[in-house]
Amino acid sequence: MRWRQAREWVIEQLIRASGISSIVMVVLIFAFLLKEGLAVFQTVPLGDFLAGQRWYPISEPPRFGILPLLCGSALVTGGAALLSVPLSIASALCISEIAKGWAKEALKTGIELFAAIPSVVLGFIGVTVLAPLIRQAFHLPTGLTALTGSITLAFMAMPTIVSITEDALSAVPRGYREAAVALGATRWQMMTRVLLPAAASGIVAAVMLGVGRVIGETMAVMMLTGNAAVIPHSLLQPVRTLTATIAAEMGETVRGSDHYSALFAIGIVLFAISFSINLVADLFLHRTRAR
Amino acid sequence: MSAVSDAGTPPVLEVHDLNLWYGDFHALKQIHMVIQACQVTALIGPSGCGKSTLLRCFNRMNDLIESARVSGRILLDGRDIRDPLVPLVTLRKRVGMVFQRPNPFPLSVFENVAFGARVHALAARTGMAEIVERSLHAVGLWDTLKDRLRHSALGLSLEQQQRLCIARLVAVQPDVLLMDEPCSALDPIATGKVEELIRALKARYTIVVVTHNMQQAARISDYTGFLFLGEMVEFGPTGALFTNPRDPRTEAYITGRFG
Repeated sequence: MRWRQAREWVIEQLIRASGISSIVMVVLIFAFLLKEGLAVFQTVPLGDFLAGQRWYPISEPPRFGILPLLCGSALVTGGAALLSVPLSIASALCISEIAKGWAKEALKTGIELFAAIPSVVLGFIGVTVLAPLIRQAFHLPTGLTALTGSITLAFMAMPTIVSITEDALSAVPRGYREAAVALGATRWQMMTRVLLPAAASGIVAAVMLGVGRVIGETMAVMMLTGNAAVIPHSLLQPVRTLTATIAAEMGETVRGSDHYSALFAIGIVLFAISFSINLVADLFLHRTRAR
Repeated sequence: MSAVSDAGTPPVLEVHDLNLWYGDFHALKQIHMVIQACQVTALIGPSGCGKSTLLRCFNRMNDLIESARVSGRILLDGRDIRDPLVPLVTLRKRVGMVFQRPNPFPLSVFENVAFGARVHALAARTGMAEIVERSLHAVGLWDTLKDRLRHSALGLSLEQQQRLCIARLVAVQPDVLLMDEPCSALDPIATGKVEELIRALKARYTIVVVTHNMQQAARISDYTGFLFLGEMVEFGPTGALFTNPRDPRTEAYITGRFG
């Protein structure tokens, strides 16, 4: 029997260790980011880094102002959110309330398949199909714009938003639906006046997680947004995002140089943004469950 | 067994040859009954006898169940409720329903009561406050809740929630109130208060109550129907049905020999 007890102990410790390891990993990654990134603030003050309007990392002297990149990320993400949120909520309503039987299953599977498309493939389609369309439609010198990135990213955010919103809608008690219908509400009134408000916190969480995915996306935006590090004035201009900057420039930097640590500092900024978005999403999800 | 009773009030709902199937299961068999205006009609019977199913026929809630199939006629003021000229929404405005578990929307007290009125566009923005006040008065909640109209309805006690659900119906001025075991989630004191409310509402509304509590049927109803295995075994004035049942199955049920 002692053998069995020892075995239990070992298994328990292994499980505990793997549980703890994920936290350790996150802490280590964050520590590494800080170690590599904070050095840049010896040459550039934090204020100039965040609010500087010029990103000229290899000029002499170099300028490390990430405001254009922040704006680029915000524009592409904002555009993607504007496009994907209404579409996703409508799809989720369709799946949970309107579609029946095989149509429902087909839609659900379709949305899940969407999540399985690698972002580089979407980027490729964007470059060959979407970019020429946008160039012609708006008579632009190039089709690689913030809008092109937004549209493609909207499709990437959709699976996340749709499936979590659908969960939130399905979790709304049947009694609410019956009560609304029994009062003579039409299906549309039932959905907009009862279901959506009842599922509101879950929907907010879904949107946050979708936006989180979009902010961190790199490959497709690098292929589609034109990568011009200037502060954009419209969706139809080329922009460059935080993620694309790291991906594009990391290979050319000397390890330990200011440019190198500036890229890591961008990583810290991205980490902070994603972390706060996930935190907000978590708070909202928690609120749903607490109810 | 006679479905028609000889009260002086006009019939509001008439049921003729009503049959209902869930898939292959014959849930309601040849139901005949007449429901009088401004009276409380109770439907009693053991679990699974079809009393809730029958109730849900009156506002066509069974339409939501895909496998359900109905034959026969239900007349509301002489018109078939499945008449394509009468929109479903209009039927449900006239025939409201209270459920077993209080199910107020996760909105404020005010919005809950205003919901139906908004859906049917019964009032402009200014008239809404009046409708809400009148409806809450009708269910005896106004004095308790008048300072909490903006609070969430989910914070109320179960009894208050059930009253609120009734107020929500009253706000759309229906003719018939269907209640599906409205007290089964409530404690005895709350049950007593809701029963009192049902008796008071009788003055203005025709009420059909499903209950598995025979004493409750005896306390609140004017007519009682006993359903067993999908059949309307006996239907008549409550006093007569409980003191002098004509069918041996009714007698067996009300004396507690099964159920």
